[in-house]
Amino acid sequence: MGAVQSYFRDIKNALLSSFEGMAVTMSWLFRRPITIQYPYHKSEPQKPLGGPETLPERYRGFLEVDMAVCSACLACERACPIECISIGVEKVPPPNDPAGAPVRALVRFDIDLGKCMYCGLCSEPCPTGAIRHTRHFEGAMTQVENLVVRFVDPAKPVIPYKVKKGETPATVPNGSVIEPLLVRRHFDAPAPELPPLAPAPPAGAP
Amino acid sequence: MQQLVDWLNATLNVPPSWQPYSAAAIVLAIAFCFALFAAIYAGVFIFMERRIAGRMMSRVGPNRVGPQGLLQFIADAVKLIFKEDIVPAAADKPLFLLAPYIMFSGVVAGFAVLPFSPRLVAADLNIGILYVLAITSVTVVGVLMSGWASNSKWALFGGMRAAAQLVSYEIPSGMALLPGVLLAGTMSTQGIIAAQSGAPDAHWLLAGGWPWNWYIFHSPMMFALFFVFFIAQLAEGARIPFDLPEGESELVSGYNTEYSGFRFGAYFTAEFANTWIAGALGVIVFLGGWQIPGVSPAVFARAEGGTLLLLELAALLCFLVKIAALVFLIIQLRWTLPRVRIDQMMTVCWKYLLPLTFVALFAVLGWMIVWPWESTGSLLWRFAMTLIGFGLLGTYAWRVRYNVVSAKEPAYLRWII
Repeated sequence: MGAVQSYFRDIKNALLSSFEGMAVTMSWLFRRPITIQYPYHKSEPQKPLGGPETLPERYRGFLEVDMAVCSACLACERACPIECISIGVEKVPPPNDPAGAPVRALVRFDIDLGKCMYCGLCSEPCPTGAIRHTRHFEGAMTQVENLVVRFVDPAKPVIPYKVKKGETPATVPNGSVIEPLLVRRHFDAPAPELPPLAPAPPAGAP
Repeated sequence: MQQLVDWLNATLNVPPSWQPYSAAAIVLAIAFCFALFAAIYAGVFIFMERRIAGRMMSRVGPNRVGPQGLLQFIADAVKLIFKEDIVPAAADKPLFLLAPYIMFSGVVAGFAVLPFSPRLVAADLNIGILYVLAITSVTVVGVLMSGWASNSKWALFGGMRAAAQLVSYEIPSGMALLPGVLLAGTMSTQGIIAAQSGAPDAHWLLAGGWPWNWYIFHSPMMFALFFVFFIAQLAEGARIPFDLPEGESELVSGYNTEYSGFRFGAYFTAEFANTWIAGALGVIVFLGGWQIPGVSPAVFARAEGGTLLLLELAALLCFLVKIAALVFLIIQLRWTLPRVRIDQMMTVCWKYLLPLTFVALFAVLGWMIVWPWESTGSLLWRFAMTLIGFGLLGTYAWRVRYNVVSAKEPAYLRWII
């Protein structure tokens, strides 16, 4: 009888286990997939300085410039080995006194992060710590023009910071400048209509 | 089809000496339609399979090409067509080149007798079931040919396995269809469907494609035979858990190892189109075919014009929904069960399925004597079996719910796509 019993037991086991197995696979149709469809969806807002830190301590991410303390010395532009920084300095009327004598002002500060190789040579000679590396690194863009970051609006020239001997000026928190300019930009955004560049500075200007 | 030929001859005033050619043109056109249908169905099937597989593995599946990835199969086909068609140097060239087409034509020819609706059928042969079983066996020749002609160990192993498997499972598959043929008294596919419609003058609750008119709920044996048939068709279509002919872990890709480009695509189209034939045969013999619940044959006979068109569309919809359910079952089984060993596969066929079909055949014969189809006893049995069948479905739904609710990860109820 043993053979007959095992014969029918086999049939029963095959049916029951298939039934249970199919109930399990079917149940997965009613759950969300675990996949996060990067970059359309991200698991959580980026928190480069908060939360569990996985980057090395001295990680060199995207460059950013705190325009409030930039002295327009052009040291970074000269230091850059691949010329991804371009700075425009002009004499313009003072912003709060259109009739006053022209003053020296920054009209352009562009960094092409598509070219940048994150060597850090620009941040070393900066006298005020205005240009520095952040800890942001997610910059995948379908249009490469979106990687050009403009820190100065040509319509609103910036008066350079006056460097004082022996003083390191306070800057805005690291990463707060680049976030609205690049990190929050949609990866699939159309290429920007770059505003017309300021006219070339007259010969002799610094 | 004959009406179509006559209509063409009458409309175009075809002279009698040209009429064979017009008939041939109609046959060619219909054959082309079926090949096209098979190819498109295979593409949609691949899409569904990949999406469902994705969800069962908690990923998304292809969703880039077209809306929700629906056009992925076109991209795949274009890729396959543009690939180089390599013929191995040591291959038997004529056989190698011919084999995929034999397999493909064997599958597509099976479509000829599968009815989609009362009038949408290419040829209503009076030996339809026999024809399908016979013509789909031609694929064995193609598989064996490719295995031999490839001149490769893996391909030959795959071909041999496929031949053994397909020939073995023909028997339980045919035997499982036999009681249905006996109940209907005909082998014509349309005849078998018509026999599952209840009496022409019946109350609407007894007429048409209600589950209690389906052969699957005729008796416990028919219920078991449906599953026997389903398992046998899985094996004939070389689907998991019986996909030994192409077991990747052992045989690279089995009999189609050496193929590339369009010929490889032809194999896959044939294999996936085969699931339609499996599903359609199951629906025709066990699940009432295109019968609409509550619509008796008398209604079909009376209808004309727009009503007729509507009825035909409704019948087509019934047929497609049932096939989709069976095909979904085939896909789901693939992601549920692991592959069986070759000796286990043979054991399942010869020791379990075949004796069961013989016992069930004679039991159904006895049943037909004790409770003929029209008798009240048979009707009560059919109601009881329907209750049991839907009870099983309910148990299944309850088990699915249990698995969703008791998941360790938070499981969110959400629709499939």
